[in-house]
Amino acid sequence: MSVQERGLRRRTTPLPLLPSEPRVVSRREFLGQLGAAGAFVAVGGGLLPRVLAAQDLDDIASGSLQLAADHQWVMIFDLRRCDGCRDCIKGCQEQHHLSPDDEWIKVYELKDVQGKFNMPVLCMQCEAAPCVRVCPSRATYHRRDGVVVVDQNVCIGCRMCMAACPYDVRVFNWQEQSVPEQYHHETPEFQVPQKRGTVSKCTLCVHLLEQRLFPACLQSCTMEAIFVGDLVEDVMSNGRETYILSQYLRENDAFRFRSELGTRPRVYYVAGHGQDLEF
Amino acid sequence: MARTWNSDMTAVLPLMPGLEEAALAPMGRFSRGHRASVWLLLVLTAGGIAAFIYQFSTGIGVTGMNDRVFWGIYTVDLVTFIGFSYGGALVSAILRLTNASWRGPISRLAEGTALATLAVGALFPLASDGHPERVWRLITALQINSPILWDMVAIITYLIATLVFFALPVVADMGRLQSADSIVGWRRRWFRAGAFGWSGTAEQHRVLHRSLTTIAIIIIPLAVMVHTVLSYAFSLTSRPGWHSTIFGPYFVMAAIYSGVALVVVVIVVFRRVHHLERWIPERAIINLGYLMAALGVLYGYLLFTEVTTEGYVGAEATEKLLYALLLDRWSVLFWAFVFGGLVVPLLIVAFRRTRTVAGMTVAASLVVVAFFIKRFLMFIPPLTEPLIGEEVGGYAPSWVEIVVTVGAVAAIPLLLIGMFKVVPVLAVVEIEEISSAREESA
Repeated sequence: MSVQERGLRRRTTPLPLLPSEPRVVSRREFLGQLGAAGAFVAVGGGLLPRVLAAQDLDDIASGSLQLAADHQWVMIFDLRRCDGCRDCIKGCQEQHHLSPDDEWIKVYELKDVQGKFNMPVLCMQCEAAPCVRVCPSRATYHRRDGVVVVDQNVCIGCRMCMAACPYDVRVFNWQEQSVPEQYHHETPEFQVPQKRGTVSKCTLCVHLLEQRLFPACLQSCTMEAIFVGDLVEDVMSNGRETYILSQYLRENDAFRFRSELGTRPRVYYVAGHGQDLEF
Repeated sequence: MARTWNSDMTAVLPLMPGLEEAALAPMGRFSRGHRASVWLLLVLTAGGIAAFIYQFSTGIGVTGMNDRVFWGIYTVDLVTFIGFSYGGALVSAILRLTNASWRGPISRLAEGTALATLAVGALFPLASDGHPERVWRLITALQINSPILWDMVAIITYLIATLVFFALPVVADMGRLQSADSIVGWRRRWFRAGAFGWSGTAEQHRVLHRSLTTIAIIIIPLAVMVHTVLSYAFSLTSRPGWHSTIFGPYFVMAAIYSGVALVVVVIVVFRRVHHLERWIPERAIINLGYLMAALGVLYGYLLFTEVTTEGYVGAEATEKLLYALLLDRWSVLFWAFVFGGLVVPLLIVAFRRTRTVAGMTVAASLVVVAFFIKRFLMFIPPLTEPLIGEEVGGYAPSWVEIVVTVGAVAAIPLLLIGMFKVVPVLAVVEIEEISSAREESA
């Protein structure tokens, strides 16, 4: 079953009442009901004061959050669950028809005082994105929902963005890629195949989000360690569990990778070592 | 030479004996050996162009670059060649502004070297880009935040300034030599056209002098800006080894030091091949050697400062990089640079016995080669060090990159040879001015 088909598969488990409790929800329903859920949370939990008071969401507090669009996408990785199986990489490559060498999401094995842990790294969709700043042809840019994309018809292939990216997540298309004609698609959000001589990167599968589907890596994560969230509605979900984003981040001491560089990344991590395997 | 008259009806003095022959010597017929070397250079340059066309049609995947080491030899070439060009412009500009009497016979060769290296170096962004046919987008997108746009603007401005700085005295020289006996056929027409009516009046001399002084003043800060901006493509990233406030001055110093060295090599070769010993005295070359040594000491100081400030504190990433450079993976190249590019050339200049034209040639050649190595060490090792995790990246230039680079190296002497087939190799008017000024003061 392809990722796209899996994304379309419906799960029909009733919604639990409390939003902070784990619950099972269809991907399609989840995103379709974001508005309703947001309103529910806003009324029930007092969303607005909570968002504005959220000290750990400094971009919300500092007012840099672009509330212009309906959604402001973020990703959350629960490292307590990640077992480093690399299924997310496979799902991503399948979705975007990438060659096996090209990884838009990478999984590093890192060490801290408590031992080894797996660290999935993909485009952080930085609000102050160094790649966007240095691009001389405006090929890479922010969408209104905060997602950074590359227009491969404009990219001159200078690779300045790769030099500027502190997360090493940009991939250059050194070779021509052959993908059967029927899969071809040509937008900055969903480019198939990748064009030779240009730069590629994770798009947060914004083409799927717009169809109310979850990103490919999230869909293929059997550990359910990957969440997608929306700063506007202040919710996050991995397709099975749904939480209030700001509360979850605060209660789980979420951090952002190398945010000291001032990039204001939109990917959050909950530290862990793959220990929390019960869910 | 027939006696000619200026427009203000003053008689034009005959040239200093032998000066005309010397200034036009490279225009004469080459010996068999020299012709062979020109052919060799032509073949190498053509090979480089062919390899670039192959890369353009097949795709940039034919290079050895990869996602980790995404800038390779082309970037090394770009910075090295444009660096060389600084030496020529600077030597000529500074010596003019300080009124150094020994500049006369070397200024043309120095400026010519600047022009040739810049023309070749400015092509390397095209070789390095995935879509060189799209570079016009730099202008239409006008993304003024991008260091790449700054680079383009700086290089083009500098190219124009260098061209003007080179061309202005050539106009005077063409006017001075247009009636020379050896200037016949198409060359006579070319010299007439290139003279733009120069007849050597006092007013023309005054205008030329003022323009050259102005450009000499402009070109020094301009060159500093070009090399600083060039360094910004690296230092304005957050990468360890690149993100450093020293990078601007570091690039500027590397450029002047290596540039002066290349000027020495070029001057020595032309002096030898075209028997210009009488006009380019040993003293001029030794003086350039002193200048080179002084710049070398300054460069060594910057290198020392960089290593000390980064290494003493020892932030994890920079410490790993320094270890790889000084003691591990890149140590052979690093110490080859330190000894070949700094210590040995300085010793050669320091000792009276080696302070000869031959000694300067060896020292300067060492510096020229060493700065290819140094640029490699500045760009490649920081890319091989991982930003996240432990996996070290690798890079080896492919045959295409090597052939393109060799072609570019060969194109420099070829351009210079071609240049002095159509332009006098000695700045005749300048030499005369300096010598008459010296006679007056004596």
